[in-house]
Amino acid sequence: MSYRSPLGRARGLGSAKEGTHHFWVQRVTAVALIPLVLWFVYSLAQLPSGSYEVVRWWVHAPSVAVTLVLFIACALYHSVLGVQVVIEDYIAADGTKIVALLLSKFVHAIAAVAGIFAVLKIALA
Amino acid sequence: MAQFTLPKNSTIDKKAGKTFAAPGAKKPRKFSIYRYDPDSGANPRVDTYEVDMAACGPMVLDALIKIKNEVDPTLTFRRSCREGICGSCAMNIDGTNTLACIKGCDEVKGEVKIYPLPHMPVIKDLVPDMTHFYAQLASIEPWLKTDSPAPTRERLQSEEDRAKIDGLYECILCACCSTSCPSYWWNSDRYLGPAILLQAYRWLIDSRDEATGERLDALEDPFKLYRCHTIMNCTKTCPKGLNPAKAIAETKKMMVERTV
Repeated sequence: MSYRSPLGRARGLGSAKEGTHHFWVQRVTAVALIPLVLWFVYSLAQLPSGSYEVVRWWVHAPSVAVTLVLFIACALYHSVLGVQVVIEDYIAADGTKIVALLLSKFVHAIAAVAGIFAVLKIALA
Repeated sequence: MAQFTLPKNSTIDKKAGKTFAAPGAKKPRKFSIYRYDPDSGANPRVDTYEVDMAACGPMVLDALIKIKNEVDPTLTFRRSCREGICGSCAMNIDGTNTLACIKGCDEVKGEVKIYPLPHMPVIKDLVPDMTHFYAQLASIEPWLKTDSPAPTRERLQSEEDRAKIDGLYECILCACCSTSCPSYWWNSDRYLGPAILLQAYRWLIDSRDEATGERLDALEDPFKLYRCHTIMNCTKTCPKGLNPAKAIAETKKMMVERTV
């Protein structure tokens, strides 16, 4: 039983004065992903085969490596923002929410670094 | 987690529903209505009433009033203007939030199913507790704010600026939109919901208001505003044909506009 007034409860902790950056970057990465995804799918379909050697040769080209790094960075940035929204939507309990948010950020960071490192390793080999 | 299932004492007891037949009715029509009595301690149930449409007005509210007057005086619901301007009789009819007074019985096929507005605490039968909703409205300070000295005559507004609040001022705060919004279902403790955000935009876009920045500051929050994911249930269900989703999108545009 809380004796807090309804207005006090509605105001809560007040405005965080943020959220617009998150919203905007989610849109910017979405726009950037349109050409990147098209390029990625088209380029893979154009390869003569999906063999290790062929894909390695493809990634080795500087223009492909640069675009692949952009694609990985954009996709994972967009994904980390999206997953954050899903977690905030559905997990209300503060402890669980913070753990889930941390896990998501760590997994995305690891995936981004590992992905980009793999591309660079091939490209610079 | 967001609460996807009802607590045990809120689930509908399917065996407890009563049926009230209308013997000798010329045009019988079935109305299944959610019933909950806090004093009985029993779970909610759905009662079925047969109404003779030959002796009843055309709207769902007419049927509800007929049932209350002639069959079961314990049936509890809010109503006032019976012409779609007060917003009191907002309820879930045939799966859609709307106003009982402007929803024709002939718009519904088969049995007319009537429930209170979704995901609100129920006080009794079709009467939801609107306390938090109204407190959220108060929290956005829905009145004209100015610092300039008050003019000696009306505050002037061009015709174009006046037109900007068309589609906003008509909102009657029936809460049909907010209670149709999944984001509001899961996070209404913090998310303001479409109705309140439409009201907030009504003051943001008013050329006479001088507190636009202050209002945007108060709204800029991952939960108060940005829980809106443009699901559009609000716009689909609004019994006044308004577009809260657009008002929210315009608010987000204003937020971006002042950063880029």
